[in-house]
Amino acid sequence: MTELIGILFVAIGIAFFVAGSIGLLRLPDLHSRLHALTKADNLGLGLLCAGLALIDGGVLNAVKLFLIWVLVLAASAAAAHLIAQQALRQAGK
Amino acid sequence: MAVQLWQVLDLLLAGLTLGLGWAAVSSPDLRRSVVFFIAFGLLLAVVWARLQAPDLALAEAAIGAGLSGALLLSALRDEPDITMVGDVRVGPVAALISLASLTLAAVFAWVTVHTLGAADPTRLADQITAQLPDSGVGNPVTAVLLNFRAYDTLLELAVLLAAVLGILALGPARAPYRAAGPLLDGLIRWLVPLLILTAGYLLWVGAHAPGGAFQAGAMLAAAAVMLRLGGHAGAGLPQAPTQRILLTAGIAAFVAVGGATVATGHAFLQYPEGWSGGLILLIETAATLAIATTLALAYIGGRPPGWGSEGSADTATKIGGRD
Repeated sequence: MTELIGILFVAIGIAFFVAGSIGLLRLPDLHSRLHALTKADNLGLGLLCAGLALIDGGVLNAVKLFLIWVLVLAASAAAAHLIAQQALRQAGK
Repeated sequence: MAVQLWQVLDLLLAGLTLGLGWAAVSSPDLRRSVVFFIAFGLLLAVVWARLQAPDLALAEAAIGAGLSGALLLSALRDEPDITMVGDVRVGPVAALISLASLTLAAVFAWVTVHTLGAADPTRLADQITAQLPDSGVGNPVTAVLLNFRAYDTLLELAVLLAAVLGILALGPARAPYRAAGPLLDGLIRWLVPLLILTAGYLLWVGAHAPGGAFQAGAMLAAAAVMLRLGGHAGAGLPQAPTQRILLTAGIAAFVAVGGATVATGHAFLQYPEGWSGGLILLIETAATLAIATTLALAYIGGRPPGWGSEGSADTATKIGGRD
């Protein structure tokens, strides 16, 4: 049962990644692309990690997966901020 | 069914690797090429993981994609017009390079096909597994790198040292980055201790699981890259005299251990029974520091202040202008 829920989480996570990728390709300007990419990927990765933790069932691996998610969350938020800031700077020149 | 799914994934991986490799080489925009190259490195790490070589996957992700990518990006930053030099892509030089690459690829393919087809191949992996209990460590990769073929690793460290000496000879360090804003600064404060912790873990765990000096050194160097990107010109490295000691620490530890084994009547780097584990950890610790310093100095891209007369004036006087 938990494995099925896990697989469901992974599937939804992948759907978020697909949506984020489509947003990256289709949206008109850098800021909205960043928005699509970071929101969708952060949530997508969270769901992937949660799903994988459920499928695995181990507590230690669940903690590791959670840590991976937190790290990526922090790094991608900061990276998105830096890219947006640099774009604003260049636009202001 | 499950097997077929894996095969689809493998085919996808192989196709993507080739595609990204081609994109990195053929893109007319060098910036784009570098980004493709980084993606290529990350994908290659996944390929190694699929081939059940986690040690290589770790090293490829950390050094091949991460640090090489950082080096390439910093080179682009200093030479914004470098695309002008990119015209070696056409003409006799490009043709020669392509020909050489193709020949090499053909040789590799030929060797692989013949090895795979051999009737009764001598599997090195079997011999390593048989000898593993004597090696002092439980991770076969570490056993090969620091026991069975320790001599190779010693020479690898010598190559790294020679490379960094070349970089130091190029001139003073590249211009530092501007100080980070509060967000990046916060991230750096948070990530650098975590990277150091991870490096220590990888070094320790290398004895019995994927990890080891190269991965740990790359983690420490990543911390240095983060610091430099955040505006710390010295990338968190200690002062120049200590840098010299750290750079040579790996080779020094190797040679010291090798000398000691010879002095006690063993062959060069033939660890006495019962000593292997400790000696390997000693060498790996020194090698980690040496590799980290080497990679960090490579990222700084020249002599940091304090190395010589060409270092920037203010810090040269601070340390007393050595040399």
